[in-house]
Amino acid sequence: MQLIHCPWCGPREEVEFHYGGQAGVAYPADPAVLSDEEWARYVFVRDNPKGRFEERWSHSAGCRRWFTAVRDTVTYRFER
Amino acid sequence: MAEQLPEHPDFLWRTPEPKKSYDVVIVGGGGHGLATAHYLAKNHGITNVAVVEKGWLAGGNMARNTTLIRSNYLWDESAAIYEHSLTLWEGLEEDLGYPILFSQRGVLNLAHTEQDVRDSVRRVEANKLNGIDAEWLGPDEVAKICPIVNVSADIRYPVHGATYQARAGIAKHDYVAWGFARRADEAGIDLIQDCEVTGFTTDGSPDDGTARVTGVRTTKGDIACGRVALCAAGHSSVLLDMLGVPAPLQSHPLQALVSELLEPVHPTIVMSNAVHVYVSQAHKGELVMGAGVDSYNGYGQRGAFHIIERQMAAAVELFPVFARAHLLRSWGGIVDVTPDASPIVGHTPYENVYLNCGWGTGGFKATPGIGWCLADTVANGRPHPYVAPFALDRFVTGALVDEHGAAAVAH
Repeated sequence: MQLIHCPWCGPREEVEFHYGGQAGVAYPADPAVLSDEEWARYVFVRDNPKGRFEERWSHSAGCRRWFTAVRDTVTYRFER
Repeated sequence: MAEQLPEHPDFLWRTPEPKKSYDVVIVGGGGHGLATAHYLAKNHGITNVAVVEKGWLAGGNMARNTTLIRSNYLWDESAAIYEHSLTLWEGLEEDLGYPILFSQRGVLNLAHTEQDVRDSVRRVEANKLNGIDAEWLGPDEVAKICPIVNVSADIRYPVHGATYQARAGIAKHDYVAWGFARRADEAGIDLIQDCEVTGFTTDGSPDDGTARVTGVRTTKGDIACGRVALCAAGHSSVLLDMLGVPAPLQSHPLQALVSELLEPVHPTIVMSNAVHVYVSQAHKGELVMGAGVDSYNGYGQRGAFHIIERQMAAAVELFPVFARAHLLRSWGGIVDVTPDASPIVGHTPYENVYLNCGWGTGGFKATPGIGWCLADTVANGRPHPYVAPFALDRFVTGALVDEHGAAAVAH
């Protein structure tokens, strides 16, 4: 099983974590002005790169804190 | 059995070099791409077509799925396309002139909770209204159809009943791909392997609706084309990124496995969304099982072992007889998942580029159906009625086709 490095707890087994998808998706600054297309983009569309991906993980069976990690989606290896 | 085996696949199609241009280029030589090629030739007489494939024919998800074929989906839109596909499956062996070992052995979708029961009964009634064969069975009737299922009340997730679609079945996935490839090749369509798409040449602008693709850049050179059909499953996002088209797709590893060869013990297909397992027994005798997707995005065609372990635990609880079977091998494919667990098919911001993706964990069963409908869409330049509800713009209009109940874990 792959070990994932929690910034607070150190390396722990993958089953302790939950995946949170793409990192850095900010809530729209001025939601009222968004068009339907822009809402669709915000709600449904996330990057899906083959390679380096910056993403959110939660150490849900440990400290329960969220963190951002960079992982390769082909090798599944975490950068750190 | 041996006399049913087809000739060696190397001899079923030519290995041509790409021509300078084609009327239609299909990107992706999996089941969907090959079926689209076949129906372009058969139904529309369009044969100046290339299928470009970055690996070998049907070596992606077409070689990695669990071959389940059924049409018992909840919503009218899904019922229409999947039932169309199932009807084509029923005549496919004759159409292709090739054995595909299509075996309509029925599918049981188990219900383990009160809510499962309510959802299942609702789905059975919806199926009947759409003319799809479906029935609700109690635990005793489940045991009659599949005696090895543990229907006792004392297991962690007891079987409260199941939906049953008798016309569901399995087929030999490789033979299906080879059958389509052979027919397409006979019609004069070029199947070009080891030919990866690296980009597109375009004209006009998506902003004023004049954008077109004029050609496909590949590792075997540039190929000019009149129309393009994208059938790249888990790699669809990679192609769409080249075109600058955002789409709500996430690629995940999906794993499956087989046991060693066993005597016939499992007469049907059993699926359980609640415990994430689906099982059938292949013609040769392997138990074929699929898991749920790995949670993270992945293009690696492999997944984590704890997913397999969890799936095995569920399988052994449901089928105690499996406890002493040995796992022979496991593997992973890359599935492109959408927010509503329904595919994305039809127009793109490029006038002559047609998209076929987002089939997630369940594209195999749709192979002939989507081939038929995508060929019709490409030939006529407008969505076939069965794929119209699955347009990319549904995520803007909000007209989603939410099939999580019938599709999300186990297709």
